[in-house]
Amino acid sequence: MPQIKSLEELKRLREEALEKRQARTVAGHAQVVVGMGTCGIAAGARDTMKAILEFIEKENLSGVVVTQTGCIGLCEWEPIVEVTVGGGPKVTYGKVDPEKARRIMKEHVVNSHVVEEYVIPS
Amino acid sequence: MKEIALHVLDIVENSVAAGATRVDITVCEDSSDDTLTIVVQDNGKGMDQDLLERVSDPFVTTRTTRKVGLGIPLLKAAAEACNGYLRIESTLGKGTRLEARFQRSHIDRMPLGDLAGTLLTLLVAFPQVRWVFRHVVDGREFCFDSEPILKELDGVPLTEPIILSFVKQLLHEGIARVQQNIG
Repeated sequence: MPQIKSLEELKRLREEALEKRQARTVAGHAQVVVGMGTCGIAAGARDTMKAILEFIEKENLSGVVVTQTGCIGLCEWEPIVEVTVGGGPKVTYGKVDPEKARRIMKEHVVNSHVVEEYVIPS
Repeated sequence: MKEIALHVLDIVENSVAAGATRVDITVCEDSSDDTLTIVVQDNGKGMDQDLLERVSDPFVTTRTTRKVGLGIPLLKAAAEACNGYLRIESTLGKGTRLEARFQRSHIDRMPLGDLAGTLLTLLVAFPQVRWVFRHVVDGREFCFDSEPILKELDGVPLTEPIILSFVKQLLHEGIARVQQNIG
């Protein structure tokens, strides 16, 4: 049964993750929300989500909360990504393809600089 | 939608919106009878006959029932364009079962696409739901159940980098294993 073997491995990885979590966490807490309504998915939200997860994996970023939201009524701006870092304001980015997602992760989530050019104008 | 996996991602969100705590997704490919079947079964609040009759009609649902929207009509149109069908059975208070069938070799059938990406997205986006995924290709089967994994993680989020790598690899390998020898 491969499943049981992998669960043992998971147990070990969990311990490792816990240690790393204490050692290296993004400044404050970062929350990344991806719009995943029908409009978001049709516009490519899954690949945006994938790029975000791959960034977390590659950069070994601990403590980033990634979640989803449904349609927020700005379908023409999908894929939409909302980022909140520490006590900062929620920033809503529009038309976020994987490339833009990686830049937002690098500049905003890691270095706390809002990527102004991708922000949805209000 | 360009992939069947994207339709799956889209329609299972109806299950989550219906308050499901467990969603079973089955993707079954059979080359002998040339079918590709998607089944989504949830334990959400279900639908009454009236809503059940309306969910497949985009002109009624998009205007009156915000929670349903375009997801189901899009999948229905895709299945029917490939000599297939979409069936939904639902019992109020018990849950809903949706079945979409495609002629596997149909020229208009979109590719299955990135199933692992869809599942990983669901696991991260809705960790409160127990996801049970079965992928069967000509008798070869891959089963994935999120419950034992989350139990083992005991509060450590899936988005921790090494956990993410682990789950991703598990899904990719399992799906690749059943899909071998098939186009």
